[in-house]
Amino acid sequence: MRVLASGLAVFFAGAALTIAAANDDQTGRAMEQIQKYRQMLQDGNPAELSEMRGEQLWVTPRGPSRATLEQCDLGLGAGKLEGADARLPRYFSDTDQVQDVESRLVTCMMQLQGLTREEATRGWYLPDSDIAALVTFIAAKSKGMPIRVPTVHKKEAQIYAAGKELFFRRSGPLDFACATCHSQDGRRIRLQELPNFLDRKDAQASMVTWPAYRVSEGTVWTLERRVTDCFRQMRWPQPEYLSEAIVALEVYLRKQAEGGIMDAPGIKR
Amino acid sequence: MRSSANAILFVLASAASAAAEDNAVVSKAEAIVRKSFSTATPDDWNTRLKQDEVQALCSQYRNNPPPKIAERILATQQRTLKYPASGKMIGDWREGEKLASIGTGGQLSSIKPEEAGAPRGGNCYACHALAPSEVAAGNLGPSLTGFGKLRGTSPDAVKRTYQQIFNVQAFYPCSMMPRFGHNGWLTPEQIADAVAFLLDPESPVNK
Repeated sequence: MRVLASGLAVFFAGAALTIAAANDDQTGRAMEQIQKYRQMLQDGNPAELSEMRGEQLWVTPRGPSRATLEQCDLGLGAGKLEGADARLPRYFSDTDQVQDVESRLVTCMMQLQGLTREEATRGWYLPDSDIAALVTFIAAKSKGMPIRVPTVHKKEAQIYAAGKELFFRRSGPLDFACATCHSQDGRRIRLQELPNFLDRKDAQASMVTWPAYRVSEGTVWTLERRVTDCFRQMRWPQPEYLSEAIVALEVYLRKQAEGGIMDAPGIKR
Repeated sequence: MRSSANAILFVLASAASAAAEDNAVVSKAEAIVRKSFSTATPDDWNTRLKQDEVQALCSQYRNNPPPKIAERILATQQRTLKYPASGKMIGDWREGEKLASIGTGGQLSSIKPEEAGAPRGGNCYACHALAPSEVAAGNLGPSLTGFGKLRGTSPDAVKRTYQQIFNVQAFYPCSMMPRFGHNGWLTPEQIADAVAFLLDPESPVNK
């Protein structure tokens, strides 16, 4: 909490400088944002509420099978949650695919609780969705652990290489790729700072704090939600939830952030 | 003699196998794109996901094309340049200023749908500093503050500026900047307005 507080203090100092030069309208809007941040400092990260709700959902029998998720295997064995998220995405032999935390969670909801894929994922992107709460709970169980994404299995190595290729893949009416905004140091869209994912420190700082409470959205966003929104901004069509393109990019981005110490849920603009 | 010939053969063989590996990776990535965006309409597929030659080359060379490829891009992109029907390549800087701030339009998200009829702009401020009064300017591209002061409004300066916004890759192969005219994102008339915003002595960019 103290780290968060000092981080925000730095933010305020930066924001104050910006405001001094901005016009009244912008100042008004910026002040509103800062008010929100201040409130949050007193209340803590609202993602903690999501985390608690996720824990409730985890241990509540649900679905046709009236089962909990407590026996879910996130890669380290059934029911082993500590550090599991830090080692995702990875290959799972029962589904014969590389899965990220969201994809694997949905597999567990289907296998253990008997839900259909459609039932398990309905409204995943809505504020305070069950998926977002569960993902927040799972991520928090890796707090303090280094990101280590395996690229040992053939499918892991393949999807990593494809993810790297996708990161640089330009298309659409604006000729954009992920790399357009995320391959140089110290760049911004307007005043929004952009992580350079070719730089390990930048990649780590960004990746260890997903999922995160988004102040501008007023809710927790998962990493899939974040990547999906990048495609909206790039003017590409919308990728399907849990699709291989999103997982491939996650593998590449998390590999770039290898060794970063997990600190999710984060709190971001 | 034989050993150097062997060495050359070995280098050639390694280069060939590296190229085959690269091709396999690109094929895999393309297969993933097709599967992951399977709900895209045929039209969206063709205009948003299918790469043209330039996009494919710039992706392949990570935006740093070797000289031969760069020359080829310059040549093909020079041929794409088109001009307003009126022939007037410098328009109204006030309209250009509006375009520079508009970051909406052309989005395809169903989970965060854009307002119907949201205007489409150039969103220049996302990446460039322009009028000094606008502090919320991005820095992905170079600062263009005072752009017209250095260049004036000679026919050559106007044409060159117009061409670069229409298709930046006719001058800078694999530039990060969108090819606004070539890709049909802005009309030739809108580009002329953007030119005015950059070059007109009355524009706040040059104040």
